[in-house]
Amino acid sequence: MSDASRPLSPHLQVYRFTYTMATSIFHRATGLALAAGFLGLVATLIALADGPQAYAVAYELLKGVVGKLALIGLLTAFWYHTFAGLRHLAFDAGYGLDKRAARRSATWLFAATALAALLSAYCLLAGGARP
Amino acid sequence: MSLKSPLGRVLGLGSAKEGAAHWWSTRLAAVALVPLLVWLVLALLMAPSLDYAGLHAFVRAPLNALGLVLLLPVAAYHSLLGVREVVEDYVHAKGTKVLVLVLLDFAHVGAAVAGLYAVLRVSFGGSP
Repeated sequence: MSDASRPLSPHLQVYRFTYTMATSIFHRATGLALAAGFLGLVATLIALADGPQAYAVAYELLKGVVGKLALIGLLTAFWYHTFAGLRHLAFDAGYGLDKRAARRSATWLFAATALAALLSAYCLLAGGARP
Repeated sequence: MSLKSPLGRVLGLGSAKEGAAHWWSTRLAAVALVPLLVWLVLALLMAPSLDYAGLHAFVRAPLNALGLVLLLPVAAYHSLLGVREVVEDYVHAKGTKVLVLVLLDFAHVGAAVAGLYAVLRVSFGGSP
């Protein structure tokens, strides 16, 4: 059924950028990051089950600067995706769909994410030895 | 009375009456993940130590193991739905698309089962 000659619907670059559009793009981007994070969680659990030597490798990686930055990024993505997901569930139930309400909830979404991400980063870094 | 055309019915086009169930299960997985992941993230952030002994003790605790066993398959399912949607949106070449989707299916089932097996090994494997 599909071949290259069929017309395509207008793609991203056709539309004027809007504030609420960013929430949707970020939801997707953070979702992809979290899918990678899920693999990281599984890899960490496998290393843990394998024993102290294998886990030491994962632990050193997570404790380093790169690991900490990745964890802070993942935590930020997690809070964003969770809050945005709840907003989408409200949309699914028919709430908050008009333009003003969607913009207001987008503002709350960014604010809540910033707060939760800062608190998480603080907990992560204040732990000292914790990765 | 069916609104499907005879041709559509023969070709298997249109709703097979599973659309609503699929929509609902995607939402249920998303809703289930909220408490499960918020619990895991907060528990790990507040854990006294995440070195080998610390994380091992965390995963060994029965309630934590139960939470992880619940979380892993649901997270894999939700993740698979999400990345499948991205591939369906942006990969247009039919062969590549099917190949990538099948690889994603395998990877997610593999990751979920490997994660579950790891949790069970820690749970039943005795103290370090």
